[in-house]
Amino acid sequence: MLELKNVKKTFNKGTVNEKPALQGVNLKLNDGDFVTIIGGNGAGKSTTLNMIAGVYPIDEGKILLNGRNITHMPEHKRAKYLGRVFQDPMKGTAAGMEIQENLALAYRRGERRGIRWGVTKEEREKYHESLKILELGLEERMSSKVGLLSGGQRQALTLLMATLKKPELLLLDEHTAALDPKTAAKVLEITERIIEKNNLTAMMVTHNMKDAIRLGNRLIMMHEGRVIYDVSGEEKKKLQVADLLQKFEQASGGEFANDRMMLA
Amino acid sequence: MGAWLVSIEGAISQGIIYGIMALGVYITFRIMDIADLTVDGSFALGSCLCAALMVNYGMNAIVALILSLGAGILAGAVTGFLHTVLEIPAILAGILTQIGLWSINLRIMSGAANITLLNQKTIFTSLVERTGWTQASVVLVIGLVIVAILVIILYWLFGTEIGAALRATGNNEHMIRALGVNVKWTKVLALMISNGLVGLSGGLVCQMNKFGDINSGTGSIVIGLAAIVIGEMFMKKCLSFGSKLVSAVLGSMIYFVIRAIVLRLGMNPNDMKLLSAVLVAVALCIPVLAGKWKMKHSYIEGGE
Repeated sequence: MLELKNVKKTFNKGTVNEKPALQGVNLKLNDGDFVTIIGGNGAGKSTTLNMIAGVYPIDEGKILLNGRNITHMPEHKRAKYLGRVFQDPMKGTAAGMEIQENLALAYRRGERRGIRWGVTKEEREKYHESLKILELGLEERMSSKVGLLSGGQRQALTLLMATLKKPELLLLDEHTAALDPKTAAKVLEITERIIEKNNLTAMMVTHNMKDAIRLGNRLIMMHEGRVIYDVSGEEKKKLQVADLLQKFEQASGGEFANDRMMLA
Repeated sequence: MGAWLVSIEGAISQGIIYGIMALGVYITFRIMDIADLTVDGSFALGSCLCAALMVNYGMNAIVALILSLGAGILAGAVTGFLHTVLEIPAILAGILTQIGLWSINLRIMSGAANITLLNQKTIFTSLVERTGWTQASVVLVIGLVIVAILVIILYWLFGTEIGAALRATGNNEHMIRALGVNVKWTKVLALMISNGLVGLSGGLVCQMNKFGDINSGTGSIVIGLAAIVIGEMFMKKCLSFGSKLVSAVLGSMIYFVIRAIVLRLGMNPNDMKLLSAVLVAVALCIPVLAGKWKMKHSYIEGGE
């Protein structure tokens, strides 16, 4: 499925602001894996997802997706294989366009866009059905502008858009971090439902350790640009928040004090 | 009274022809959220090229217009290249093309600052001869037909898959890139369509005024912006894409009528550009100031 081979990335190389973000990430995903990724601020979680998506070029290493070498493929070409949801609910949708137009744009992810009509009638019926999975009643507001929706609704819609055309890999970059706890729980529930229904392979960055343990079949912990803990199956099911905290402390030499983590 | 009517009719027909340019500006300014200053250059390009082709090469009026359109598309492509491939900020990229076009326009006219169409047949003359209408009426009729065709084409274009990708690029670049669209290409495409319309408008103005002028483009971006904001003021309630296109043309017509009136009332023509600039500045700041005022006055004393 996905394979990261010794992926390295340093931002602002050769300046005083030089920041090694990834220092040799190795990771192999299996088909159907739902991986949660945790780690302190600056551990390289989001950077890893951005490197897979091709937001920046990497300095060293290789990224393979289903046998294809996508290391040097530009972002818009990789989009064909990837579904993405971002932390900022504003980033994933076009506010000035209708819900159905947004869905139609997403439905053509990675396809050649021609001079056929942007949203067809059959599509509308399809979207009407698809929107029902969100249980937000958006199927009755398909011609509303997305800008009228709340952050949570937009994030749920982005999630649907990312999976409308089945991606080989779904990348969720702290997609519930900007939402209030109740909405976040709702969006997570939708996430689970969509991943399960479509049998997707997914990577989800989160700061919530309980979610990281509860969701998915595999958990990865990152620290200073490396994967320091990789657990799956039965072992993962038995994990407790306390175990993860202990791991963090070991990794950071006992001075672990990230309050976002403590609160989680 | 008759003189007033004549000048108003002239203003409306002028407004329609300039309205084609306003359509072009609408694409970059409102849909793509780019302030494209190529316009001043590409408008003059259309005007100069049309005059030079017709007078110096005896070219047919319609063919000359098509080439004006093509030249505008090319100018837009240059700005697009500077902006996307070389990553020069959009405003600066537009200014660079505009400045460069000044010299190119002079070369097109073989060094002359303007070329007058004397006996050349424009797209308007044959209808004038056949019907005996005034030039202004003929411009009005032909202008309306051209505008109607262009609005229909644009409405269709922006409803297609490519058009949706263009609108999404102006809305949220980040999102549409994640959905597999090369936003460099969509930006270049939008600049090409926009400046193509501007070039066509320049060519039509040349045939309407019977001369091509190196200075004809100066300030046209401000006219385009004025047309858009005036049109939006008058058609505030209309939110559909088609009506927004129509509003840009309508705004252009109203702009030229206002202009004709203030000139009739004895304003110095030299002050016209200042008036246009003030008009655009006021129209752009009204929504901002109104919003601030509303926010301030919706405050309710409390906290006891």
